[in-house]
Amino acid sequence: MTATLPNPTPVSAPSPGVQRHVRRRRTLNGLRIGGIALVSAVFAAPLIWMVLAAFKTNVQIGNPANAVVFTPTTQNFRNVFSEGVFLPAMLNSAIVGIVSTALSAIIAVPAAWAIGRFAMQRAGNWVLIARIIPAVSLLVPWYYLFARLELVGGYTVLVLSHMFVSVPLITWIMIGFFSSMPPELEEAGRVDGLSAFGAFRRISLPLAAPGTATACVLALVFSWNNFMFALILSDESTKTLPVALFNFMSYASVDWGGLMAASTLMSVPVILAAVFGQRYLVAGLTAGATKG
Amino acid sequence: MAIRTLEQENRRLKWTMLAPALIFIGVMIVFPIIYTVYLSLTDAFGAVNADSSFIGLLNFSDALSDMRRFWPAVGRTVVFTIAAVALELTLGLALAMLLRRPFRGMRWVRTIMMVPLLATPVAVGVLWLLILDPTTGIANTLLGFVGIPPQPFLGSIAQSLPTLVLIDVWQWTPMMTLLLLAGLSTLPNEPDEAALVDGASPWQRFRHVTLPMLTTTIITALVLRSVDALKTFDLIYATKGPGGGSSHEAETLNIYAYGLTFDYQEYGLAAAVLVVFTVIIVLIVLALRRRSAKAS
Repeated sequence: MTATLPNPTPVSAPSPGVQRHVRRRRTLNGLRIGGIALVSAVFAAPLIWMVLAAFKTNVQIGNPANAVVFTPTTQNFRNVFSEGVFLPAMLNSAIVGIVSTALSAIIAVPAAWAIGRFAMQRAGNWVLIARIIPAVSLLVPWYYLFARLELVGGYTVLVLSHMFVSVPLITWIMIGFFSSMPPELEEAGRVDGLSAFGAFRRISLPLAAPGTATACVLALVFSWNNFMFALILSDESTKTLPVALFNFMSYASVDWGGLMAASTLMSVPVILAAVFGQRYLVAGLTAGATKG
Repeated sequence: MAIRTLEQENRRLKWTMLAPALIFIGVMIVFPIIYTVYLSLTDAFGAVNADSSFIGLLNFSDALSDMRRFWPAVGRTVVFTIAAVALELTLGLALAMLLRRPFRGMRWVRTIMMVPLLATPVAVGVLWLLILDPTTGIANTLLGFVGIPPQPFLGSIAQSLPTLVLIDVWQWTPMMTLLLLAGLSTLPNEPDEAALVDGASPWQRFRHVTLPMLTTTIITALVLRSVDALKTFDLIYATKGPGGGSSHEAETLNIYAYGLTFDYQEYGLAAAVLVVFTVIIVLIVLALRRRSAKAS
């Protein structure tokens, strides 16, 4: 390929102006790469610190001499598992996350199809409400009503409360997918004898599968991270990971090693999501990053 | 003829498809909001089964005349949000310009930036408690290298809120950067190239070409981040505990309303605070949306 390029050899040496320009370019590029490295370090360092601390004894954690050089121990992780709180809490988080995400997808994907396909702006705005109002202002009446129904502490309220975040999130992400799909695809299916619902199920839904996957991963992450709802609506047997971590901190504040091991374990699914879904998750997050 | 029946069938189907979501929103969001407004007009207190009676706007006048907890909480909410979002926008914009052109390892830098904003806020809070621990934390060790005396950070009344702002900036600046990068990638190159040919400096090109074209993205990002920053709960509760610390030094409206409800069972008063809080958020969103409409 290089042979086809025009011969770059100049007739005479480049002028001082060009030389200065090239030098400046090079310095700027160096600065840019240095800046990017610095920024990455700033965002990564605290998380690396967390993982390092998870493998240290509590004595090593407080000693600057052991900051990077130390003999790693897995004791903290063994403590976390033998403690008898984290494994059930992890299971609770998984149950609540998976069930609430699955139910949300069943509700939200068809809704997003209707809103996106038929440009129903007003219905879209109703979905957006959940993005704006503070979650506490719903937690108050939820608690009040669910307590009267004697449902507080069970999985049902936890799943329903987590769906408050994931239904709008999934809907909002999927609207974009369905509205950018040419309606001719479905119409072609209709001509071939599919019902309206059949066209949605056999044509639009499979095409939107990558988007649905992204939306569900994000919904799972937000459910996994949610603290406020479970803090109030769960009981001893249904409490989720963030609540377990918080409780652990309140009465064992000196056990930094255990806390960091638990935080590290909690971050594993999130880091996996970031590594594998990076390209799609940006689009999803910009569509509706939601927290309590 | 055939087209009309298709359309009729579509119309029926679209409402069937929307119905479950609308029912969910009605039951879990709209009804609770109405119930909150109702609660705010009663003296609901104590056990959830206790009788309550209608007291009009008394809760609102109680809240709005409370100089000890309510107004300081409003002030902290506003200061926290403005400081965090302003820093995140400035840094986010600088980072977006830095990462704008593709480079080797772009994928990894983006992945690293995704992790803070997907990380569990409670875990983030616990992690920063360790880093910022006044006696054993690595932050003070590092400050010692450059000759800065140890700081109390979250352990003090004065530094709690600024420290929480810094943690929020660490966690959410990547969000700003990613939003702005997405906006930058949609901009046409021609105006920038024209300015370059005209001899504009990099700063002039940024200030007068890129920035004006980016206004809509910036406002969208501001709305998203402001709404979330106003509602920050997990981070503050995890690091400062109920009430935002023993002297309420980090108590924002969200933390205050939460404490009123679940620590003091003042359902009526809490509902009034939440109605005020929600109105403030909606007004901010509407104001910013109007700016955005004007800009585009």
